Amino acid sequence: MTLMTILLVLLVLAALWASMTTLLLRATIALALASAMLAVVMYALGATIAAVLELSVCAGLISVVFVSVISLTQRKPFKDYVVRRMSRLTRFWPLPLVLIAAGVALTFVRAPIQVALPAAGAEEDVRVVLWNLRQLDLFGQILILLAGVIGVLVLFKREGKDDN
Amino acid sequence: MSHLLLLVPFAALILANLLPRSARPAATGIALGVLALQTVAVALPPLGLADWSALNPVDTAIGLHVSMDNLSVLLLVSAGLAGMASIFAAGPGLKTPRERFLFANLVLVALIGINGISMVRDLFSLYVFIEVTAIATFILVVLRHGVEAYEGAWKYVILSAVASVLMLASIALFILVEGGVSLSAITHALASPGPIPWIATALFLCGLFIKGGLVPFHGWLADAYSAAPAPSSIFMAGIVTKASGVFALMRLSQSVFVDALPTRWIFLVVGAVTLVIGAFLALTQSDMKRMLAYSSVSQIGYIVLALGGSPQLGIVAAALHFFNHAVSKSQLFANAQAIEEQLGTISMDRMGGLGSRMPVTAGTSAVASLSIAGLPPLAGFWSKLLIVIALWQVGQYVFAAIAILTSLVTLGYFLSLQRRVFFGVPLAEWANVREVRGRLLTPALALSLITVAVGLVFPLVLSLLLGGSR
Amino acid sequence: MTIEIPQSFWLYFTFFTLLLVDGVWCMLATYNLLRMLIGLEILMKSVTFFLIVAGYLGHRMALAQAMVITVIVIEVVVVVIAAGVILGFFRAHNSLNIRHTRNLKG
Repeated sequence: MTLMTILLVLLVLAALWASMTTLLLRATIALALASAMLAVVMYALGATIAAVLELSVCAGLISVVFVSVISLTQRKPFKDYVVRRMSRLTRFWPLPLVLIAAGVALTFVRAPIQVALPAAGAEEDVRVVLWNLRQLDLFGQILILLAGVIGVLVLFKREGKDDN
Repeated sequence: MSHLLLLVPFAALILANLLPRSARPAATGIALGVLALQTVAVALPPLGLADWSALNPVDTAIGLHVSMDNLSVLLLVSAGLAGMASIFAAGPGLKTPRERFLFANLVLVALIGINGISMVRDLFSLYVFIEVTAIATFILVVLRHGVEAYEGAWKYVILSAVASVLMLASIALFILVEGGVSLSAITHALASPGPIPWIATALFLCGLFIKGGLVPFHGWLADAYSAAPAPSSIFMAGIVTKASGVFALMRLSQSVFVDALPTRWIFLVVGAVTLVIGAFLALTQSDMKRMLAYSSVSQIGYIVLALGGSPQLGIVAAALHFFNHAVSKSQLFANAQAIEEQLGTISMDRMGGLGSRMPVTAGTSAVASLSIAGLPPLAGFWSKLLIVIALWQVGQYVFAAIAILTSLVTLGYFLSLQRRVFFGVPLAEWANVREVRGRLLTPALALSLITVAVGLVFPLVLSLLLGGSR
Repeated sequence: MTIEIPQSFWLYFTFFTLLLVDGVWCMLATYNLLRMLIGLEILMKSVTFFLIVAGYLGHRMALAQAMVITVIVIEVVVVVIAAGVILGFFRAHNSLNIRHTRNLKG
């Protein structure tokens, strides 16, 4: 088994743990772990800049958001989770089996795929592509961030009291 | 001029946020100005009244990959009209100055998103601008922190994000097979053999169907429309849902699919199912805004059904129905806001006989209802006729029959709405209801006038549309 | 000019599918809003992974990375807004269980 396969298996395992664990805080940690594994996979495939962004934003920022939401909405004592653990398990126990079955089934697929190669001398550097060819997307990103700021103002700030 | 359509609202957005706190109410005025400017400036060239080509050096200097054509003009004008109606309604509809200020900002952001959607030539940029519009709309739904608003917003957020995942998977497949996602690259990919481009197309279409609220993904629409504050509903129903979903279908039909048989059948089937189910769901509602929401689902089905007709006439018919629906549905939601403001309820079981107390609302809603139902000589009649002709031309007689029969159902539920709300003797509890003031009446009157005018001068409009959509 | 890509595509595709199934199952089998958001996050990670794989195998890493960067920005803003909606839902119903919604029926 190559390194890449091991990394991918770890990624799926982390995501599986995130779905199946009972405590939300553990699920958040599992999600951050999955993001970190994805960042490593992306780095191994050659997407260095995207890997850094994935690690810092998804494994970092989103985990902070999740943890703050959990801390603001957590009300039940721990023993209630034990009671619910059984009902969760009945809904989730087929998942690992389905995943293993799907994984095994897909290893038997053998179909050729045609891929178009880029023209010789096509641009290879992300920074050039991003800033010269896809400026429209950058404009979109700025708009989305502005919209996000307005969203935070609407959702997290009440008139007269600041809850965040 | 295409770049100015993105940059002018952006500059207005920055300007509105730089205003000192005391001058914040001017933000709605700025938004209104931008919308009016857009509607007028974009509508003039096709009418031959103005030529903005002197502004071309600006476009080449900035160099974004956007370009305008007549289909873009359609969306831009519709967005301007629906946006102006919602800004007018924001005054009476939202109570605090802070809400009004945030509403103006969000409408400007969504406007930039919609302008971007109308002009991009690339699937990924299309996705980015659809997300811009969607995020602004999520916040519009929860602007007034009602209990129902969060439930409706949650369904909308989740389904919209699932649609995004489908669209991105499709884009990934296109990158693998073709190496690019511009419209010309997609056309080239679909022309080459192999199932993968078609699988990717199916995924992207599913994503657009979810965003546009077509059956079977229509579950979020009624909740989001009825739970949002009234000015947001006007904006959403008037333009956002159509721009995010159906407009991209029209653009793809025009540039990529043109006459491809598989996509034509997809549009026919999905359009017909949506239109029938939407109409029957609308019949069963007792909440006015939910009935209007299901009516929107049904009309969006009409637009998609038109795309399954003959290539030339189908897109023209879809475009005209798009415009008519933007105008009429914005106006109906403005009427709903007027009624809700005066009565405090939106449930039709408790209404009755409002016609004598709110004559302007009653009259304008009658015009819009009859237009959507397809009565001559209003604008809606012409668009439905064109849809039926477009279907007839390719031999889809069954689907044409479905379209005509469902028009009768449409007429049925709208007449039911009129009867329950406006006709009859006023109930005792509504004795003190009076007509709403200017700021809600203006958009209703103006939009009704446009409906009637488009219906009456239709031959001129038709020649413009046929001349433009190539 | 086209080439046939090696079988590694199917390896990556397998893992993409596994992540996809995991995310979808997580979203469907839960009643808790936050867990639905986690499921959604897993879905977005799967499609981010698929984009990078497509870029790697199609020799278009620059384009794929540019797209992934934009997608990550969009993803984080959507998660922040979804978290805000969850908070509002919690303040209104005092619970994160979607079965407690009584008003809207779809």
